[in-house]
Amino acid sequence: MENENSVIYGLEFQARALAPQNAEIEKICFLIGTQSLKQATNQIHLVEFNDEDSTLKTSVFNHPEGEIWKLNSSPLDETKLVTCYNSVTNENSCCMKTALYKLPQTENPDTVESLPIVTSFDTSALGNEVKTTEFHPVEAEKVASVLESQVVLWDVSGEKARSILKVQLNGKNNPKFTTGKWNPHQSCNQFTTAVETHLKTYDVRSGELAWGIDNVHSQLLRDLDFNMNKQYHVATCGDDGFIKIWDFRQTGQPVYSRSDHSHWVWCIRFNPFHDQLLLSASSDARVLVSSAASVSSENNNDCMQDETEAKQMISDGPLQWCEHEDSVYCAEWSLAEPWVFASLSYDGRLLISRVKKSLKYQIML
Amino acid sequence: MAEKKPSPLDLNSPSFNPNMYLDKLFKESNLKQIMDHESEIVKDTQTLHSDMQTLVYENYNKFISATDTIKKMKVDFKKMENEMDLLASNMSSITSFSDQINSTLQDTRSQISKLSGVHTLLQRLQFLFKLPTSLKTRMEEKRYIEAVQDYLHAQRVLEQYGNLPSLQGIKTDCETILIELKKELRKHFSNPQASAKELTESVDLLLQLNEPAKELCSEFLICAEKRLSDQLVMLKDQSEQRDISEFIDLGCSGFLSDLCLVVASFDDMFINRNNLDNIENSDIFENFAATELNNFVKQNMAKYFDLVQNKVDLEQDVGDTAVLVQALDRFYKRIESNTLCRDVDFSALATEIVINAGRKQCKAHLQILKMHFADCLTKVRQNLTTPKLISQDDSSKNLNELLSTLIMSIVEKIKGVLQDLVVFIQPEVNFAQKPQFKDSFCVDNVREGLIVCFMHHLTATARSYCAIVASDLKVPPTVLLLLSKLCLDFRNGSVSFVLSQTDELFQINPKQSAALTNEGEINMTMQESAQELLNYYVRIQGLNVSQMLRKSVETRDWLHTIEPRTVRAVMKRVVEDISAIDATVALLYEDQGNNTEHSSDSSRKTHSISVSRHQYRSNWSSLTPNHLDSTLVSNMHKLFSERIEIFSTVEFNKISILTGIIKISLKTFMECVRLKTFSKFGLQQIQVDTHYLQLYLWRFVADENLVHFLLDEILGSAVHRCLEPILMEPSVVDIICERG
Repeated sequence: MENENSVIYGLEFQARALAPQNAEIEKICFLIGTQSLKQATNQIHLVEFNDEDSTLKTSVFNHPEGEIWKLNSSPLDETKLVTCYNSVTNENSCCMKTALYKLPQTENPDTVESLPIVTSFDTSALGNEVKTTEFHPVEAEKVASVLESQVVLWDVSGEKARSILKVQLNGKNNPKFTTGKWNPHQSCNQFTTAVETHLKTYDVRSGELAWGIDNVHSQLLRDLDFNMNKQYHVATCGDDGFIKIWDFRQTGQPVYSRSDHSHWVWCIRFNPFHDQLLLSASSDARVLVSSAASVSSENNNDCMQDETEAKQMISDGPLQWCEHEDSVYCAEWSLAEPWVFASLSYDGRLLISRVKKSLKYQIML
Repeated sequence: MAEKKPSPLDLNSPSFNPNMYLDKLFKESNLKQIMDHESEIVKDTQTLHSDMQTLVYENYNKFISATDTIKKMKVDFKKMENEMDLLASNMSSITSFSDQINSTLQDTRSQISKLSGVHTLLQRLQFLFKLPTSLKTRMEEKRYIEAVQDYLHAQRVLEQYGNLPSLQGIKTDCETILIELKKELRKHFSNPQASAKELTESVDLLLQLNEPAKELCSEFLICAEKRLSDQLVMLKDQSEQRDISEFIDLGCSGFLSDLCLVVASFDDMFINRNNLDNIENSDIFENFAATELNNFVKQNMAKYFDLVQNKVDLEQDVGDTAVLVQALDRFYKRIESNTLCRDVDFSALATEIVINAGRKQCKAHLQILKMHFADCLTKVRQNLTTPKLISQDDSSKNLNELLSTLIMSIVEKIKGVLQDLVVFIQPEVNFAQKPQFKDSFCVDNVREGLIVCFMHHLTATARSYCAIVASDLKVPPTVLLLLSKLCLDFRNGSVSFVLSQTDELFQINPKQSAALTNEGEINMTMQESAQELLNYYVRIQGLNVSQMLRKSVETRDWLHTIEPRTVRAVMKRVVEDISAIDATVALLYEDQGNNTEHSSDSSRKTHSISVSRHQYRSNWSSLTPNHLDSTLVSNMHKLFSERIEIFSTVEFNKISILTGIIKISLKTFMECVRLKTFSKFGLQQIQVDTHYLQLYLWRFVADENLVHFLLDEILGSAVHRCLEPILMEPSVVDIICERG
């Protein structure tokens, strides 16, 4: 862990929700949602990192609806975000819900404001679990929610979200969705979900299964991410401690597979600009930046140019890691600055780190 | 003084002076003396006088007798002269007579000689006239040698007088017969039955008949080629039916001896021939013939070597190395003993073939070893999957036995293979002593190509089981454990045993050549594989247990659960599984000392733990619903305890293996708990469960504080995730756990 390379931001609560502010491309901003069973104390922190002097600017908003399990920001409107939260209904029961919020334009850092709900979702009929709610990459009024056994596509232009499409998951042993994500390619018509150990992708126009990869991991599949620069590549991670990259046109074998973590891997992210960099977070309290240069898009481009023969490819494997004190459930690249990433551990510590300089130059030059 | 200067006083001296003598005498002597002296001298004088008289007389006598002899000789010579004259006259008369006879006989003699000349001529003519018929008969009787000799006798005459009308007929007759003869002789070339000796004869005769040597030589080679290729075709046909030694025998006796014969006769006929007619061209021709022959031999040998190589390649069966070696030896010996060709060393090519055969044999053996290993593994897998192993008493013996039989059978097999291959370098085998062969065979093929390669295969196969176990749930993870131990055992002895055995049998000095893979390298890979397998085993088993825990936590509704009365069944199952793993691991890996102190007085230890836990738990019981405090406690605790590596490398002992598995399982338990929300009773159930695990798991690990800490973390997490964090009385927990 290099101290000059990372900045710590401590929260008072445990936390497992982190998201970059997707639409913000000027400033390096991350959103954190806390997790506390005392509903009223839950907060959303907006952390802005100043890359030049390594300082942080934070604003805190109350999130009294419940403890936040998942947080996503809109890729189109930097003020919009969506949370999946667990709210205790009465003494002995609780329920997962999801809602869309708008960040207020506040200039006063001392007052803690509550976030206004822009659109609420009625999921009461659909079950007690909401795994995630994902913004459509290009259409502002579309979001998709992953519930226990359904994927629901909503129209969020009004105050109440209107469901457009429901996809029911069927199968033996009552399978459940773990998470889901929009495929940014294929005109954004595909939504990929993780079910137990399998990947299932649905075409949102018809609700039919578009493609799937079975047994992606030997144990539960935790997270997936699409390569922005290579349209058939999807990265996955899971309880078997493996990080894999699949070309979903050939589902027999992953094109890349490593197990550098020593426990479950909870989160995997391609660097949106340099897709040979993979960020992964694990409950072994480590965050790894790994190289997947052998399957990166830059690798392919390089092959076509003669001059790059001199440039040596970074070999696959871990390049840099950050250690936390507790399990790390989230790690995200900044959308504004390709060399900055944040990781959040369960004990409420946010670590904003930079990619090592040597590595940076090696990739850039 | 008297001698030097003749004294005038000496009587016998020529310068004697009588006067002085007398004077002296008179002066010196008295009368008496003088008188005596006078008488003495007188006496001497008389003696001398008489001597002189005798001498004169004798000489005179001799003179007279000489005169007489001369007179007699004069008479004798006169007589001889007359007889000589008579002889001379007789001789002249003899001469005249002989001349007379000569002149009389002259005519007759010349006539006789002329007659005899005519006779020989007539004889020759007769021979000539008879020649066609005699040639014919000889041809019919197949006495070609005489026929040719006859013709050669007549040839010159025929050439000289051939244009005479009388002889022309004969000449043409002879020529036609001769052409026929030549044809006949050439036919021999193409006759497959003709022996090489007959061929030689024919060629010899044709050469005598002035056939062009070059043409003959190539014709001869073409014929020989045909015969040899017949042989080769025959060999090829046979190669599939016969076994290698018969094949080699056939080759040696058929093809090779024929080739030798051809070469020998060719040498005799064309190269070492002294009586070639055109002497000035003989050098050039010899060169030409030699290159022709070389090419021919090379081509044919190449074909033959191809055949042998094919045959050797065809030998699928590795069982009869001895036969193979015997056959190769015979082949090599045969090739080596013949120097067929001056430029090319066929023995090198033969060595090449032998080396190839050796390499092939090694490869085949490697294949066998690999197959054997795969078979063994399949057996082991079957053994492990058969249900009887589930009952632990059986498995206890079996696993260890299984391992030792596996190792035994592999090592025995390797030994067998080595024994089989050592036949190649037996001292009585000819090629074995060639350094070219020996180096390549012993080092490259046997040691590196077979043994080292097999060791690598072993580790690679073992490693591949990581993936196999991961992908195929039917394969029991115990295989990993067994393979890991196998690699370890190999590292601890079998590798060095096998290598030293190899070095000894094949006389390799591992210190000499740096290119050899040394034992350390293999041991290193063995060790690495063992480690990898063991790590993987721990991981798989850990994940299996975790999977169970995860399912159990996920499927339960923790918010609406009743007050705990028993330990959940899954916890018992976990403890059972871990005990089973412990039993299995114990068969292969020994305990390390750490554990003994536990077992010595376990009761006291558990007690102390529960006390400490009790005290620690009091933190929770007195917990105000303030999360700040709880996180503080948790963080404080973390600050003072060491960081726990979940999937760390395990050591080769039981405790370490089990510690690894337990760590993974408990970590998983914690992660699952964190994903849930608990009611009071839910929390209390977790409390009971962790206490139960505490009671049963400590004995499997090296550092019980580790279990303690992890279980506390689980409970701590559950407290965090609890809506109403109130813990149960420790005494009640104890009772529930004891009840089982």
